Amino acid sequence: MSMKLTLGWLQDHLETEASLKEITDKLSMIGLEVEAVQDQAEELAPFTVARVLEAKPHPNADRLRVCQVESIHGVTQVVCGAPNARTGMIGVFAPSGSYIPGTGVDLKAGVIRGEESNGMLVSEREMGISDEHDGIIDLPADTPFGAPFATVAGLDDPMIEIAITPNRGDCLGVRGVARDLAAAGLGTLKPLHAPKVEANFDSPIKWRRDFDDAHQTACPYVAGRSFRNVKNGPSPAWMQQRLRAIGLRPISALVDVTNYVSFDLGRPLHVFDADKLQGDLTMRMARDGEAVLALDGESYELSGADTVIGDEAAAHAIGGVMGGENSGCSETTTNVFLEVALFDPDRVASTGRRLGIHSDARYRFERGLDPDSVDWGVEVGARLILELCGGEASEVVTAGENPKAPRQISYRPERTLSLGGVDISTAEQSDILERLGFAVSTEDARFSVTVPSWRPDVECEACLVEEVMRIHGFDAIPQTPLARASDLPHGALTPVQRRRNAARMALTWRGMTEAVTYSFLSGQVAALFGEIPAALRLVNPISADLDVMRPSVLPNLVGAAARNQDRGLPDGALFEVGPQYRDDSPEGQSLVAAGVRAGQAAPRHWSGGQRALDAFDAKSDALAVLAACGAPVDNLQVDGEGAPGWYHPGRSGALRLGPNILAYFGEVHPKVLRALDLKSGAVAFEAFIERVPQPKSKGGKLRPAVDLSPFQPVSRDFAFLVDQAVSAEKVVRAAKGADKALITAVDLFDSYSGKGVEPGHKSLAIAVTLQPTKGTMTDEEIDAVSAKVIAQVEKATGGSLRS
Amino acid sequence: MESSDRQQLDKLQASLVAQVEAADSLANLETTRIQALGKKGEITQQMKKLGGLAPDARKAMGQALNTVKDTVTSAIEARKTALEDVELEARLLSERIDVTMPARPAPVGRIHPISQTWEELVAIFGEMGFSVAEGPDIEDDFHNFTALNIPANHPARQEMDTFYLPEDESGARKVLRTHTSPVQIRTMQSIMPPIRIIVPGRTFRADHDATHSPMFHQVEGLVVDKATHMGHLKGTLTAFCRAFFGVDDLPLRFRPSYFPFTEPSAEVDIGCSREGGQLKIGAGSDWLEILGSGMVHPKVLENCGIDSTVYQGFAFGMGLERITMLKYGIPDLRPFFDSDLRWLKHYGFLPLEVPSLVRGL
Repeated sequence: MSMKLTLGWLQDHLETEASLKEITDKLSMIGLEVEAVQDQAEELAPFTVARVLEAKPHPNADRLRVCQVESIHGVTQVVCGAPNARTGMIGVFAPSGSYIPGTGVDLKAGVIRGEESNGMLVSEREMGISDEHDGIIDLPADTPFGAPFATVAGLDDPMIEIAITPNRGDCLGVRGVARDLAAAGLGTLKPLHAPKVEANFDSPIKWRRDFDDAHQTACPYVAGRSFRNVKNGPSPAWMQQRLRAIGLRPISALVDVTNYVSFDLGRPLHVFDADKLQGDLTMRMARDGEAVLALDGESYELSGADTVIGDEAAAHAIGGVMGGENSGCSETTTNVFLEVALFDPDRVASTGRRLGIHSDARYRFERGLDPDSVDWGVEVGARLILELCGGEASEVVTAGENPKAPRQISYRPERTLSLGGVDISTAEQSDILERLGFAVSTEDARFSVTVPSWRPDVECEACLVEEVMRIHGFDAIPQTPLARASDLPHGALTPVQRRRNAARMALTWRGMTEAVTYSFLSGQVAALFGEIPAALRLVNPISADLDVMRPSVLPNLVGAAARNQDRGLPDGALFEVGPQYRDDSPEGQSLVAAGVRAGQAAPRHWSGGQRALDAFDAKSDALAVLAACGAPVDNLQVDGEGAPGWYHPGRSGALRLGPNILAYFGEVHPKVLRALDLKSGAVAFEAFIERVPQPKSKGGKLRPAVDLSPFQPVSRDFAFLVDQAVSAEKVVRAAKGADKALITAVDLFDSYSGKGVEPGHKSLAIAVTLQPTKGTMTDEEIDAVSAKVIAQVEKATGGSLRS
Repeated sequence: MESSDRQQLDKLQASLVAQVEAADSLANLETTRIQALGKKGEITQQMKKLGGLAPDARKAMGQALNTVKDTVTSAIEARKTALEDVELEARLLSERIDVTMPARPAPVGRIHPISQTWEELVAIFGEMGFSVAEGPDIEDDFHNFTALNIPANHPARQEMDTFYLPEDESGARKVLRTHTSPVQIRTMQSIMPPIRIIVPGRTFRADHDATHSPMFHQVEGLVVDKATHMGHLKGTLTAFCRAFFGVDDLPLRFRPSYFPFTEPSAEVDIGCSREGGQLKIGAGSDWLEILGSGMVHPKVLENCGIDSTVYQGFAFGMGLERITMLKYGIPDLRPFFDSDLRWLKHYGFLPLEVPSLVRGL
């Protein structure tokens, strides 16, 4: 949220020669970030007060007039269409070349129906200050000739908008901003104008506090006073102009006073129409279910945790949040009661949040108010009410007491150097702190610093370092490089983080493109990927499409593939390396590399036809990720039953190391495709890269000596007839096991069933590579190994060598 | 040796060589070879006659015949090579293909811009001695808020648009982390200073419009030891911004600000210019806010069991999407998470080089 003020308003509190630019630049550099500056005087600079010497009818146009206008630019002829243009009138003139804010164009000299026109007499709408367009501006005869229109109209006070950080509740009033600027050397803070207002009668309304011990802090202190015979008309022009400049709508003098003090001094006030109250006012906790009709016209149901202000009949206002409609002031109000209270910031925050009320009062109370503001606020409020509305004020009535407890912080001035990096003299430091309102006494080399009542945010020594440094200027902080701890590259990444990169590189080189998708998705889709625990359902999702944490990375990728197909990109290969969530614990989150290929395996090409995707494309992807992550891919078991339900049950598998499942792969289940509107088929994989066992490092980076046999390897092919149910892996493993020393590779190169093979069976052909190490193999030796291969495979599979 | 014999041999040689050279195909050449050197060839016939000569004559004649044979053989070889070359050339010409036909596709994918920036951050901060730390996306109230000095009713908490998960039996509810700062807490709880980490990761806020995404990425930095001060913060961030944006004299501006978990706190702007509506990062007349930072609040250190009278340090945080958009001129946030292959191909990166300081970023 932001705070708005005008330069003139600021100068009520700050004696300064500084320009608008100096002030706004300084504000940003002391922690009060300027978000916008609106200087209407600058925008309206071309528009000055001018005199119409003569206005006579246009010879060629009935509705136009030809005017001779005397302005600071001399006498200019202007063709004017306004019905009210007349000889002798005082108007507002803009010469040719001026920018006209209301129309957004630069004014050009021209000839209108044969008469020259070199400028413009303007309406309010043309200047962009209102919608008024019935005629050109008609000013009183005594308006100073040549004066800038902005000055004449009271629009020359530039508006400054500042972003206020949550700690600086004191700067939600113009005076707090002025104090910071004065501390930063841009002038002097004027004294607070809060003289004691004379009391003319006894207040017929008194304050009571009705709290049990547990709720004493809800409103520790409240003051007020009564007014009689006031007249609640419109507030004066100067106040209305300021309120309008900061975006507030003037309502009536009494209401405007409360708003004005809220922004001027950061002190929210409330006024009751005393004739609508019964008896005394009491600060108390609301009764459960008690309702208050608030000033915004809404009725709010309260609970025992909310503070209310009630009379003998009912609750009238929600403490620190909003006043009540039934006791509000109107044009007919003549007797008034002013409330100046202190509320517990936490309680105001939770009440306001629960009721969904964002008010200027809540905003200030929940950031912590100066407790002293009760005592001076009741005087300032009274002074303004009497000035604006007349009448008389009663004595001040109070309940509770000012809870202020001055805090002292022991401060070592050398901390600006050791924590802030900037050496600042102790004299300058105490000077800065004192200008900010802190009291400083020096004890040995330390300061004992008393925190002013309006700075509840300053809690510790580091806070004081910040106060001194921000006023001294952050530009003074040096650029100091961090010292290197060691000359060795330390390795910024953990093994799993390196695997994430490796998986990403491997998949990108395989033609897949990396996506980053949301961690949440629709609960309906997620249900296809297993049951979602209640703990993973968002209480406040931004939409029903994004209401549960994802149990798998795949659904988002399948959805993305579908969207890409809808865009006319039928063949897509997307992957993501990101989290999936099993439960809401840190351990329930795991890192997965997942990918989806949709459409065709390869596009049509003259050298060969399209190839449909199959589970082996996904298996290759999964193996590539696992290999990149350092998994022993040659030793993995492939479990044709192991993939979960979102894969095709007959065309999918799991890659395992014993019980440790490292990846799933296969065709995506048609139900998933349908749910996500993917029209083509798709294959997918999920690799669980944290589950890949850490390779045992033996001897650091040293590698064993290489063994390069001088003897040629020998390759022999075998074909076995086996039952359809026998897995290829079984055949390959059996062959490999026939002679572990000699056999270095077994590659399955053909799988056949059909003519020549008994139904229910298949022929699997393998190439077995033998690598002799001691000498070239003789035919007898080769035959002996071949016999072992045949025997092992037949034994393991129940099949037979195909002859 | 008779001169008539000599003449006859010369004539034979000349005739055979002429025939060899006249051969216009390998087949003709073979015929010629057989005619000369075959079993019934002219030279072979002559050789067979040698046996009937006197020893001296046989020797002289033999040597002469061998010379003829060598000469003819060489001529045949030479001619054969020449004919083979012609034949090869003719064959190759007949094998011409249309090399304008498209090559076999070997598609390479793209790295997402967020990952590229992530790796660039690791390269730059890694060089400065930072390690990468990570933490869970689903956080508890303590790590995401309380330990970071953001109590329940703190206005800063209200501004965060937190996503909540359901309350458990004890009334506690987990949140989707609103920033990467909870990893500061987890790190300080698990290891003792000196600490030097960066924390890239996913973050979540219940906000969705043109400039906000319900999920986005931040990177957090944390240094804790006995001597690190705000000058080090400025030095580190200056070095980072200059390296990341590739602008050697990039000016940085530190402005006082407020974050509950740092004291003093600073927002950091980098220099830029907006001449002609084009944003350019570098020394210029304007400033662009890109990150928040400060010295770790003593309460945060104490909440993690670290003695704040002995240790101090700095922390900073910035949005990965924002710095990626600024560096690479990506105009819109929303497509980052839409997985549009056209967008990914355009703004994504080839996996050719792992980002590294020495190779350039």
